[in-house]
Amino acid sequence: MTPLLPVIVPFGAAAISLALGRRHALRRSLGVLALVANLVASVLLLQEVRDGSVVTVVVGDWPAPIGISVVVDLFSAIMLSVASLMLLAVFVYAIGSSRTDDTTLFFHPVYLLLASGVSASFVTGDLFNLFVAFEMTLVCSYVLITLGGSKPQVRHGTTYVVISLLASTLFVTAVGLVYAATGTVNMADLAVKLQAIDPALREALSVLFLVVFGIKAAIFPLFFWLPDSYPTAAAPVTAIFAGLLTKVGVYAIVRSQTLLFSQDTHSTLLLATAALTMTVGVLGAIAQDDVKRILSFHIVSQIGYMIFGLGLFTVAGLAATVFYVVHHILIKTTLFMVGGLIEERTGTAALRRLGGMLHTSPFLAALFLIPALSLAGVPPLSGFVAKLTLIQSGLEVGAYMTVSVALFVSILTLFSMTKIWAGVFWGAPEAPPPMPEGLESSRPRFPPLMVGSTAALVAASLLFVVAAAPLYQLGQRAAEFLFEPAQYVEAVLGP
Amino acid sequence: MIDRSLILQMTADVIIRTAAVFALFLLFRGHNAPGGGFVAGLVVVSGLVIRLVASGRVRARQSLPAPPATIMGLGLALALATGIAGWVWGDAFLEAAKVTLDVPLLGEMHMTSALLFDIGVFMVVIGVGTALVLALAETENGP
Amino acid sequence: MIVLALALTVAVLYAAGTYLLFQRNLSRIVIGLALLTHGANLLLLLAGGRAGRPPIVGAEGGPAADPVPQALALTAIVITFGSTAFLLALAYRSWLLTRSDEVEDDVEDVRIATMTALREREAEEEIVVDEEAS
Repeated sequence: MTPLLPVIVPFGAAAISLALGRRHALRRSLGVLALVANLVASVLLLQEVRDGSVVTVVVGDWPAPIGISVVVDLFSAIMLSVASLMLLAVFVYAIGSSRTDDTTLFFHPVYLLLASGVSASFVTGDLFNLFVAFEMTLVCSYVLITLGGSKPQVRHGTTYVVISLLASTLFVTAVGLVYAATGTVNMADLAVKLQAIDPALREALSVLFLVVFGIKAAIFPLFFWLPDSYPTAAAPVTAIFAGLLTKVGVYAIVRSQTLLFSQDTHSTLLLATAALTMTVGVLGAIAQDDVKRILSFHIVSQIGYMIFGLGLFTVAGLAATVFYVVHHILIKTTLFMVGGLIEERTGTAALRRLGGMLHTSPFLAALFLIPALSLAGVPPLSGFVAKLTLIQSGLEVGAYMTVSVALFVSILTLFSMTKIWAGVFWGAPEAPPPMPEGLESSRPRFPPLMVGSTAALVAASLLFVVAAAPLYQLGQRAAEFLFEPAQYVEAVLGP
Repeated sequence: MIDRSLILQMTADVIIRTAAVFALFLLFRGHNAPGGGFVAGLVVVSGLVIRLVASGRVRARQSLPAPPATIMGLGLALALATGIAGWVWGDAFLEAAKVTLDVPLLGEMHMTSALLFDIGVFMVVIGVGTALVLALAETENGP
Repeated sequence: MIVLALALTVAVLYAAGTYLLFQRNLSRIVIGLALLTHGANLLLLLAGGRAGRPPIVGAEGGPAADPVPQALALTAIVITFGSTAFLLALAYRSWLLTRSDEVEDDVEDVRIATMTALREREAEEEIVVDEEAS
């Protein structure tokens, strides 16, 4: 099974989808088919690398480190599988949504290209190729975030594009400096050669890459663009961005900090960043009064937890991070999908204009409650398991400060989830604000595809609870391999 | 209706044809010499810009045989197909093959499968470039 | 000498780009980003070692310029071209919609300001209601 399939399949589908023009029915089936194939390929890859083997391929038959290596280890395969599941679910959701599907010519192909770019970021073994994969994802995200072309979308989209372009420029700069220092951009080769250079230079490069990936992952203090730009996009777009894009950044941070700039003790810089990211994110969420904005700030806060686990630099900590990332991708995507459903139903996401939906749509309330409690870490849901393992591994190392911040932030998270609950679902039903002309009569209030895909993800998150132990073990094994760069290097460069 | 210059409209035809031929020249020499699909595509798009200035958005769009999105899609598909072909008939994805053809009149020609990939890039650049140029030419009054 | 001149050019491009990025006009920001990316591409070329060597095609056996940074720079240029063109289209669209090239105040700041104003008004209204009641 080739590790290139998750990149090639959506890419090819995007090309065909573009050429198909306005044949919407064909495009939809093509997209679903491609994303199902993507999911199957990812899961098969996961099966293949479960025992810790590393699958590699070189593009164009040039030997590594000259050619571009494509490398899949357990961590990549886990990320690929979760990502492809989300991509499929959100695509189905988008087909049902009134704001994205057949209103524009570009949604389907660009979404598939985004899928291809996300997969490419996970499988690449080459630093510059990672940049290309990032750019592919970003250019698609520029198009998706400004899809409607409305005034706020253009305004927020511009901020997003400018920040992303700046991050890309920094990335090129960092790659240039790394090449000047070592003469290679192949990650396996770098893992060896970076050990030989001046430690101070190595440290500087490490921080530069942390900043570059930190902008993408929205860590403190580089998160400011996220809560501005995400909520204005169409619901399916926000859902997939929230689930995947920042996590691609987290993946890059984990990969670079373990493979290229690994260290023996916990990193004070990362732990402090983690604590600040958690705190500022959750405080921002508390101040908001709009469902999508609250959830956007929570993305920032949750990224802090993932960086926390990495910053410990222990197998247990990293295992908790892997588990947390998977949990977060699933939960966050689901929550944004529910947010989109609320908006689809009422035409607004502002708390002050919502209320009483527990009476009008109890099923939606249930769909919200499960992931919301999981996000806050209420037992026995997956968020509880994720946070418990994280805090245990934090205590082992003695990072008491960050652990206490993490616990406090959990309480605040629960508080802000109850705020959404009280604002949207409790109280007397508000008269729904008038829907835009033409939408009111033409479609059912709850498109079955949207509800169906959301419910499927909620069910998946419940399954996640049942399968928490084996999944955690998988994460632990992935973490063990991440701390054994020798295996990765040998797989790429040969013994 | 904006008053368009007749002289520009007439010269535009000549310029566009010249640009198209020059683009093909760049496209085919691009393997081992400066040129290639990307530059060739940009030359075609700049020809289109002349058409746009001379005759407006509608005519500029019509001077392409297909909508920009379709050209993009076909170009992407061609580039990807070249890559997959290298995988099916060769050893690896994107592996290049080369053949030497003996064409009458032109003599011996050296062709690589990278040329097909480049034609794909050429089409994608034309598609993307046209779409962007048309977006930039938009005014609040419509086309 | 050539390397020093290139290094200085990179420095100037980065400095000018950063300065322009801090401006409020979107068109200047776009130009700033363009300068920054030029600087980054030049840096990539510099990373390949001394300038002035012949390209690898045609350098028969002798010293040749490192082709890898050239390939990287070429890729980066193409990507930057696409992104900058998109940003330009977006900036134009923004100008069509708002008739202004200025980047507005931070949305969050505006929201908080309006929220505070709203609360103050509500508080005042409550006082009026209380006074009327008494």
